[in-house]
Amino acid sequence: MTAPLVDIRAVSHRFGQHTVLKDVSLQIEPGSYTVLLGPSGSGKTTLLSILGGFVTPSEGKVFIRGEDCTSVPPARRPTTTVFQDYALFPHMSVGSNVGFGLRMQGVDGATRAAKAREALALVGLAAAFDKKPHQLSGGQRQRVALARALVIEPAVLLLDEPLGALDLKLRRQMQDELKAIQKRVGTAFIHVTHDQEEAMALADHCVVMNDGRIEDEGPPERVYARPATRFSATFMGESTILAGTVTAVTERTSTVATPVGSVSLPGALPVGSAVALAIRPEHLVLGTAAGGVRLGTAGVSDVVFQGSFKRVLAVSIEDPSVRFIAKLPATATVQPGDTVAISCDTDQIIQLTD
Amino acid sequence: MRQLLRIASWLYAVLVYGFIFLPVIVLVLFSLQATSFPIPPFTGPSLRWYDAVLSDTRLTSALVNSLLVASISSLAAVTLGFLCAWGLARFVLPGSGLLRGLITLPLTVSYLIIGMGLLVLFNWAGVPKSLLAAGIGHVVINLPLCFAIIYSQMGDHQINIERAARDLGAPEWKVLLLITVPVMAPAIFAGFFLSMTFSWDEFVISFLLTRFDTTLPVEIWNLLRSGLNPKTNAVGSLVFAVSIVLVVLFELTLLRRRKA
Repeated sequence: MTAPLVDIRAVSHRFGQHTVLKDVSLQIEPGSYTVLLGPSGSGKTTLLSILGGFVTPSEGKVFIRGEDCTSVPPARRPTTTVFQDYALFPHMSVGSNVGFGLRMQGVDGATRAAKAREALALVGLAAAFDKKPHQLSGGQRQRVALARALVIEPAVLLLDEPLGALDLKLRRQMQDELKAIQKRVGTAFIHVTHDQEEAMALADHCVVMNDGRIEDEGPPERVYARPATRFSATFMGESTILAGTVTAVTERTSTVATPVGSVSLPGALPVGSAVALAIRPEHLVLGTAAGGVRLGTAGVSDVVFQGSFKRVLAVSIEDPSVRFIAKLPATATVQPGDTVAISCDTDQIIQLTD
Repeated sequence: MRQLLRIASWLYAVLVYGFIFLPVIVLVLFSLQATSFPIPPFTGPSLRWYDAVLSDTRLTSALVNSLLVASISSLAAVTLGFLCAWGLARFVLPGSGLLRGLITLPLTVSYLIIGMGLLVLFNWAGVPKSLLAAGIGHVVINLPLCFAIIYSQMGDHQINIERAARDLGAPEWKVLLLITVPVMAPAIFAGFFLSMTFSWDEFVISFLLTRFDTTLPVEIWNLLRSGLNPKTNAVGSLVFAVSIVLVVLFELTLLRRRKA
């Protein structure tokens, strides 16, 4: 078994009285694309700053390539950062910007220029070598920042909301390019974002953070299909949440009483324990599904047409505190005010740990 | 009525600018006087008094002294001011508000007080009256100015640029030299040229702190003690011309910054 490239061990951090990271441990494999996903204030940017060496954690240790880097300054650790505002040097040409890291390593001018050109070609900006940063568009500056960080061949590339300042269309385009560049260079990328679509599109390994803790981590497919916590079920995509109590247990199934009817789940749970269940919008069925679980009836409160599908919000008639979120085909003929039966496939019910 | 207002406002402008510039115009005009008395009627133009000034070794050496004191003291003031501004902008220091206030305080103190204070201090410390002493005095008055100009331009947006340089392996002195100084160059030049201007025609401190070798404003004052003389007009015009050049340089660097 190989050692992880980055090993974050029990890191906590406080800014004054305010604790922003609470005992976070995380391992990152070589060549992986890791996305730290969370709302603002979740500690994801602080964690990235700790990895980059801009912040020394109050407690815990950070190992990079097996070396303790906890208090090694940014200049001497094998990481580089792509800043949210790109932080290009305004007085230098694009070529000098990209060559700066090599210049600091004492690489001679000719080799520097050749490597800088190579890195610019990698990000598709070979022609910009002699331009000044202010002559470039936002997306181009973003690429220069990426080339500048990659040219010194870091062990880990850190990206702090790199697409945050771009418009939606450019963001989706840069997203695909980032992924392609990462596959080509094979460097481990750690990318911070609050955009769950970006996270799902880019990540090999998705880390959901909330309130200074890691809520869930794993391949994005797994995190989406089987979120571990209530937070990740609602932050990474939407879910209908049902609270329930286990009433009966057989060898392989547990019966859970919820406000909208009883549901049976695989696995034996202690009788009387409280559980939270989540159902993804695409798994809810309006009407009665054959072989599905009935979840009572609901009044449709809102239907939002979103092009390829309709997003339907409905309030349970049995318990008005339960709000269903469903995703229906664009051709569905449902209207606000309709009363519909709700059901869902048992296999698609996700059990959450709070 | 509107016509009348226009004429009145033009008249007002002419009066204001006339009030400000008439003495300078008279000075320059009579520096070109051909005869020995700088009084009407105008008899020039002639460069005879400029010739006299430039062949007067006391005046020319004072001119060189002034340039030396101005450039060296401004360089010292701008360097120290830049380092102060950088330190206070980038690091959290205890009582940094108080420190900032203390650094800019000399801006509000009269040159006479500063000059006298330095005179007493140098006397006590055994530093003789000299160009060096006057230069130190000029650093005292110009450092706060340089600090204020540079500090006001040191925004948060440069913090990430400096961080990026550190991240790419730059040691702290290279971050300062290769990143911060070039990025701050317009403010640094502005501070330098403004200091040059102030040092160039500063009188009180130079008067109090120099003895044998002295600066041009003090030498002009010496000249004036023996009565009005077209030579004083010529040398005054020269001082004015140099000030204009410095102010134009200052404005140009300021304009360049605004555009960027």
